[in-house]
Amino acid sequence: MPNDVALDRADRSDRRLAEIGAGVALTELLSGFIVELRAAGLPVSLTENLDAMAAVQHIPLEDREAFKYALAATLVKNAAHWRVFETVFEVYFSLRGREFALTDDQMAQLPDLDELMGELAEQRDGERGAGGTGEQLTPEELAEMLYKALAQGNEAMLKALARQAVRRYAGMEPGRPVGGTYYLYRTLRNLDLDGVLDRLMQQARDSVAQPLTSLEERLERDEYEARIDQLRKEIEAEIRRRLVADRGVEAMARTLRKPLPEDVDFMHASREEMASLRKAIYPLTRKLAVRLARKRRHGRKGPLDFRSTMRHSLSTGGVPVEPQFRYPRPSKPEIFVVADISGSVAAFARFTLHLVYAISHQFSKVRSFVFIDGIDEVTRMFEGIEDIGEAVHRVNTEADVIWVDGHSDYGHAFEAFWQRWGKEVGPKTTVLLLGDARNNYHASQSWVLKEMQHRARHVYWLNPEPRSYWDTGDSIIGEYTTFCDGVFECRNLRQLEGFVDNLV
Amino acid sequence: MSDTASGDQAYRFESVPGVRESLRKVDYLADEGIAGVVYLADRLGKPVLIEGPAGTGKTQLAKSVAEMAGARLIRLQCYEGLDESKALYEWNYKKQLLRIQAERNDGTTWEELEDDIFSEEFLLTRPLLEAIRADEPVVLLIDEVDRVEVETEALLLEILSDYQVSIPELGTVQATQVPLVFLTSNNTRELSEALKRRCLFLHVDYPDLEREREIVLAKVPGVTESLADQVARIVRSIRQLELKKPPSVSESIDWARTLLLLGVDQVDAATATGTANILLKYQSDITKAVKEFEQDTSLGGDAAGAAAGAGAAKPWQRNA
Repeated sequence: MPNDVALDRADRSDRRLAEIGAGVALTELLSGFIVELRAAGLPVSLTENLDAMAAVQHIPLEDREAFKYALAATLVKNAAHWRVFETVFEVYFSLRGREFALTDDQMAQLPDLDELMGELAEQRDGERGAGGTGEQLTPEELAEMLYKALAQGNEAMLKALARQAVRRYAGMEPGRPVGGTYYLYRTLRNLDLDGVLDRLMQQARDSVAQPLTSLEERLERDEYEARIDQLRKEIEAEIRRRLVADRGVEAMARTLRKPLPEDVDFMHASREEMASLRKAIYPLTRKLAVRLARKRRHGRKGPLDFRSTMRHSLSTGGVPVEPQFRYPRPSKPEIFVVADISGSVAAFARFTLHLVYAISHQFSKVRSFVFIDGIDEVTRMFEGIEDIGEAVHRVNTEADVIWVDGHSDYGHAFEAFWQRWGKEVGPKTTVLLLGDARNNYHASQSWVLKEMQHRARHVYWLNPEPRSYWDTGDSIIGEYTTFCDGVFECRNLRQLEGFVDNLV
Repeated sequence: MSDTASGDQAYRFESVPGVRESLRKVDYLADEGIAGVVYLADRLGKPVLIEGPAGTGKTQLAKSVAEMAGARLIRLQCYEGLDESKALYEWNYKKQLLRIQAERNDGTTWEELEDDIFSEEFLLTRPLLEAIRADEPVVLLIDEVDRVEVETEALLLEILSDYQVSIPELGTVQATQVPLVFLTSNNTRELSEALKRRCLFLHVDYPDLEREREIVLAKVPGVTESLADQVARIVRSIRQLELKKPPSVSESIDWARTLLLLGVDQVDAATATGTANILLKYQSDITKAVKEFEQDTSLGGDAAGAAAGAGAAKPWQRNA
């Protein structure tokens, strides 16, 4: 089987590594590891590097977990970076497990587990009286065993089954240029975990006399979901191990490299990344608020107050010894957010709304409008609501933003905006336009922006597309740029943060 | 840096499992990561920066380590506006004045007097200085370090990296022994790189199901195993909702105590919603959780699953 070739190679590289003296190998390994961490964007300084080297000397190397935590404590100084660290760690030390850990459970216990599986399979065969050996489990039997393992929460079994499933379903071939996600998808598709969950729940319901209360049901489900999640992680790890064996550590580290949360592209974030982004946005707003407050406090000196200086000079015989200054009046800008929430940029708009509202108490007034081809004001949906997530949900479901066909039409939306709310744009207003300016070849109506720029304090445009895509296809950002005070690429939290920072 | 630590003094802890075991004896259930970092802090002689959501036992860790090592806990509570005279040392002006007055008639020269009034006798030690001057073993806890301004953080740097304090009039005060130092942070702002670099980093998150159950069992006397299990499971379920402030460990402990006092040994939806205000601290969160549970009751069966599914994406579908 082609998969076994990969595993063979893994074995060989293991042996080769084991032959190298542990000390030298370790130092080299660690420097490679740190180079990869830096390449993934983690700021690892020289001192931290040295600390890591010192730390691993105090840790028994055969303890893989302790080794991992020792490295994490010295190298990762931000909880949000943990995931990136973990991925790199798994790649770097997945094959080296045996070198560090003779008792690495996954490797050493494997034969036992195979036996265990064989036994279980035979049991089943016995029960059914059907043919077939442990080696050639039918897919049904595999599914059955998986179900049993999940029902019992048997971790060792889950590990073995994950291996088996990958070997059987992923269809991995050495040198095949597809990513791990593809294999993961193939494996999971064959396992039908949704079906398994339903079965588990059914079984849980049947196993007790009286019907489960909803709370119990919910708890049962949580438990099984946690176990299935565990299984999924095992499968991922197994695929990663095989890929590393096939392609080598450095290549895999490069392909599996995950961006830090602040570098995740809004437009292409996976659901999991979205969740972590949402978490990251709250500290971000707090940070901005603190910075704002400090700016206000520190900038205590306004321009010279001539009148007051003269008044004070009376006590020194008309000599202005003590210059008096005006109190600064920090400008509290009004902000109008006009966001495109059509499918193509919805994720981005949502984040920006989150951010703007979270810092809204810093501004005297924040009003928000959303549009696709029609436009609607949604300010009220945020009022008196503590849960921003819910407000954003309401915006997406309740706002009246469709005029004709529900395809972005910037021109019409801007025109409608100007007719209905144009008068309220004043010299204190900063207008933030969010969108990719992909107008589906409608008229641009850029005169609205021209008027707007004339009347408002600033008009800024945030575009979630990479700069190189601008003005390609139906994007007419260039036309609007003429009438904006600034157009910024805003693809990730880092850029968004930079923008807001400048704004205030 | 590590020289000052290892020096000639013996290590406090034998091994990672050892640390874990001793922490368990003082009723702190550490996981592998926590025990590992405490152990490394001792071995490398570096401070530990503990970060994580409120109520997950960050401060308690420092207290427990102090108890376990039989050391005195010196605590510096940080707040906005903390300065040198509150954190490091201060000259005892009144005493200095008295001395000057007393010696005015003795005919001592100014230099002698100056030397005299800037001696250790007139120094009021504050927590940081006290920690490094102590003769007995101490654990220094710098609590909620994210509350001080960025500028004030710099006060800590010298003591964290070299375990010394420079006093212009006196010279440098070296540590008599390297104390174990813990800093806690709720992550309300990004700490400076300089500070982070000097510390080992430990992120304490909500515990997993097993550990939470054990913590409840250990911390709430008289609780039955089944109640602890239910508490842990329900809390886990609530944490999966998107809340402003998910319930922390201290809140699960409080909740378990409450249930115990109410004489509940089987938690049902009604009890859970009735006591949700112990677990959750925001009205919007409580409403959400109650709604979530009630939805289950009214619709039952598969709808419960749908509600759970809506609350959190099914984990194995995320990337598929």
